[in-house]
Amino acid sequence: MADKRVLVVGGGLGGLSATMKLAELGIKVDLMSLTPVKRSHSVCAQGGINSVNDATRQLGDNEYKHFDDTVYGGDFLNHQPPVYEMAMWAPKVIDLMDRLGVTFNRTQEGFLDRRRFGGTLYKRTAFAGATTGQQLLYALDEQVRRWEVEGLVKKHEMWDFLGPILNDNGQCVGAVAQDLFSMEIKSFKADAVVVASGGCGLIYGRSTMSMTCNGSAASRCMQAGAKYGNAEFIQVHPTAIPGADKLRLMSESARGEGGRVWVPRKPHDSRAPKEIPDSERYYFLEERYPEYGNLVPRDIATREIFDVCVNGGLSVEENRQCVYLDLTHIEASELNRKLGGILDIYRKFQGVDPCYTPMRIFPAVHYSMGGLWTNYDKKESGGLIAGSPKNQATSIPNLYAIGEVDYHYHGANRLGANSLLSCIFSGLFVAPGLETLLSNQGPGSVAAEQPQSLYDEAVKKQQERHESLLKQSGEENPYLIHQEMGALMTNAATVVRHNNQLEEAIGKLADLKARAWKCSLSDTGTWSNQNVLFTKAMQDMFPIAEAILKGALARDECRGAHYKPEFQLPGLTAEDPAEHRRQAEEWCDKFEQNIQKFLKTSVSTYDGKDVTISYEDVDTSIEPPRPRFYGLVGAEQISEVWQERKKKKKEAAQAAVTN
Amino acid sequence: MIAHANKPKTFFVKILRQDAPGKPSYWEKFELDYEPELNVISVLQKIAAKATTAGGQKTTPVCWDCGCLEEVCGACTMVINNKVRQSCSALVDKLLEDGREIELKPMSKFPVVRDLYVDRSRMFNALKKVKAWIPVDGYYDLGPGPKQSRGDQEMAYPLSECMTCGCCVEACPQYSKIELTPNVGETPEEFEDRKVDTFNRNFVGAAAISQVALFNLNPTGKMNAGERLDALTEEGGIQVCGNAQNCVAVCPKKIPLTMSIGRIGRAVTFNTLRKWFDRPAKKH
Repeated sequence: MADKRVLVVGGGLGGLSATMKLAELGIKVDLMSLTPVKRSHSVCAQGGINSVNDATRQLGDNEYKHFDDTVYGGDFLNHQPPVYEMAMWAPKVIDLMDRLGVTFNRTQEGFLDRRRFGGTLYKRTAFAGATTGQQLLYALDEQVRRWEVEGLVKKHEMWDFLGPILNDNGQCVGAVAQDLFSMEIKSFKADAVVVASGGCGLIYGRSTMSMTCNGSAASRCMQAGAKYGNAEFIQVHPTAIPGADKLRLMSESARGEGGRVWVPRKPHDSRAPKEIPDSERYYFLEERYPEYGNLVPRDIATREIFDVCVNGGLSVEENRQCVYLDLTHIEASELNRKLGGILDIYRKFQGVDPCYTPMRIFPAVHYSMGGLWTNYDKKESGGLIAGSPKNQATSIPNLYAIGEVDYHYHGANRLGANSLLSCIFSGLFVAPGLETLLSNQGPGSVAAEQPQSLYDEAVKKQQERHESLLKQSGEENPYLIHQEMGALMTNAATVVRHNNQLEEAIGKLADLKARAWKCSLSDTGTWSNQNVLFTKAMQDMFPIAEAILKGALARDECRGAHYKPEFQLPGLTAEDPAEHRRQAEEWCDKFEQNIQKFLKTSVSTYDGKDVTISYEDVDTSIEPPRPRFYGLVGAEQISEVWQERKKKKKEAAQAAVTN
Repeated sequence: MIAHANKPKTFFVKILRQDAPGKPSYWEKFELDYEPELNVISVLQKIAAKATTAGGQKTTPVCWDCGCLEEVCGACTMVINNKVRQSCSALVDKLLEDGREIELKPMSKFPVVRDLYVDRSRMFNALKKVKAWIPVDGYYDLGPGPKQSRGDQEMAYPLSECMTCGCCVEACPQYSKIELTPNVGETPEEFEDRKVDTFNRNFVGAAAISQVALFNLNPTGKMNAGERLDALTEEGGIQVCGNAQNCVAVCPKKIPLTMSIGRIGRAVTFNTLRKWFDRPAKKH
């Protein structure tokens, strides 16, 4: 097997953990990345990484509860066997990262320190200062460098993946890619290709993601026939600092420490915020949610901020959406003691001190739960069969996807500190499956046996696309098209979604797509031409953008990050106990009907022209779906009815077995 | 931040451009409308979209490197108004406090790929040379790592924030630029080998020395401390450091680089002496 090779595309946590594990198994790896892998987007993760641990275990926590929190948080759209397997592995993943030298924070006794994160009752989250992602990435980068020295890994940094190469049987036997400097287009032979290219935030113009997260690798796989799952599920973080270039996260702890969110009652009031008297300020979270105030759950905060600006027209600024996050009523010394680190980010990038001037924040696209559709091999007892080549396999044979670009694990909504786990876990877990695949590959499917013409043809096709772009004349500017696409997607398919807006956006996207092929380039050179690379990536954003919009339009319900107010199940209104109970029964009926209809993975495929959506059942065999309540009126009554039904179903199932 | 009364209508950005390696460099000037809260990245994005000089000439977008835009990836380092730093955290309002012009140059210690984009592979090579990793047995589940004190973690954490951005070596008088071109008849592999060999014979720089300090602090990393110190005893090792202390002054992450250099300097001396005393006794 010594001569077999795997190509890994992307060098973040997923790609690097897969690479190092493959190298340990003696498999040679070509590692391709748009940047030196040490600069991958995983560096941006701040919070931490979740697992059950010795301390939480003694408080009643276990792997099952971590699994349950993840699928409950994901509104049951996650296929359960992979999530179960991930939760089982989580403690081992953190142990491994600890051994690799990650500078995790320590307790006074020298154990790993843990903090609590959203969506759980337990302190599961291990962290390294406020740069956990960076520290995890560096530990993996170092291991991969070690294998590079040993000769098992060959890095191809500054290469752009242009697409998989498929043989006549539809099997992936390599990839075609372009050198960002010399612009050379070359084929890479590989017996399996693993895509670990991260999220697609740049489709929204600006997001919290890095400039490499343009979704192009995923789109190019989709254009080659790979299925894309749950595209419409995009996580939006409530508080980010709007920047001309990027939206940077502002931690929720600012609200936790007493921060108040408001807008001037007069739209775009030009006065300095401190000159606006209290009576002319709209503390909309406090007014709309008197009980929770500024500390409403993350998704509600996101929706309300969005609503007050987009629908209410009350943004602080006229040309930019933002609201005030105000800490100025708290002593500066106290703020610096408790929030110093995160306030520094604001000072550094805005040049303004939030101790004395209210911050301007707005929700920002943060994570793509959806991604390339992947398979798994399920174990009867729950979890996955380790070493099965089905795990993490896309719908194209021998093409795999891991990390954020894979749609597993997070369902309709991702819990904080679970993304680093899913990236490292899926990277480690895919490797033994690839080992099995490579040792069982039959004649005809090995890269070395493919005709050279197959590879030459793929290069030629890309060469033609490249050259025709350079020669193209037209009125359009690729950067401005990208800006328009970003605005379009942000308005129609982020926090609050309406069918009429989505329909309109699908039409506008099609117009924009036609224009995107009429760009003329300001740089037609043949050396380090970022202009042409950007234009290609921008054009390739369209299939995924279309999948997001169409998936969102077709899903007439509220689930996790996908919120359509029109289809929200209302709370209970009746005062009379009998009527209250009847309403709860009705609510549960509707909820069950909704499960029947919409608890399904959306699967997008692209035929070269349009995206088509179909649906697949979700594997909920481990934990049956149950309602999620966020401050819903009547939640207790609904919960009671739901529990009764669950009990009855269980009894009926048992009776059926005994009979 | 510029007071509203003083804000200019437009401002100028002067950029030292170079079309390709080995080509001459030249200045190009751009004029942009002033907007509040711009940073150098957004300026370069605007220039890319406009691709027109201040004189109204059509030009190519400026080529530059960037990634996270949050000052944690290290990619967008360049020389801004004669100071090496990340362009994402370089705010236009601050830069314009002294005038109406911002000057951007590529880092001078690395070969220019194009315009502001430089090739920093020498820095990553240095990490190989000093074996900047924990040599674990493997990736199977072998339980947790060794316990570590809070004090040790607090010492290690700042060192582990190094993002290989290159500010430290840009400011270092002992670190000079190496720019090689393939010789006639040289295969790409031979060229690569010659490059690595040249890198290895020249100064590793503060970032790599500080990584040795990091890995030699780790309870497992310590087991191979000698190998890393040996690497720093070779040509291009720590002895090249002239103690100018510029590195620590420009580090965007405020990593205590001179403290690392001091600590590793002593360790290298001790390591050499120990090896000298540990030599097998010669027969008389």
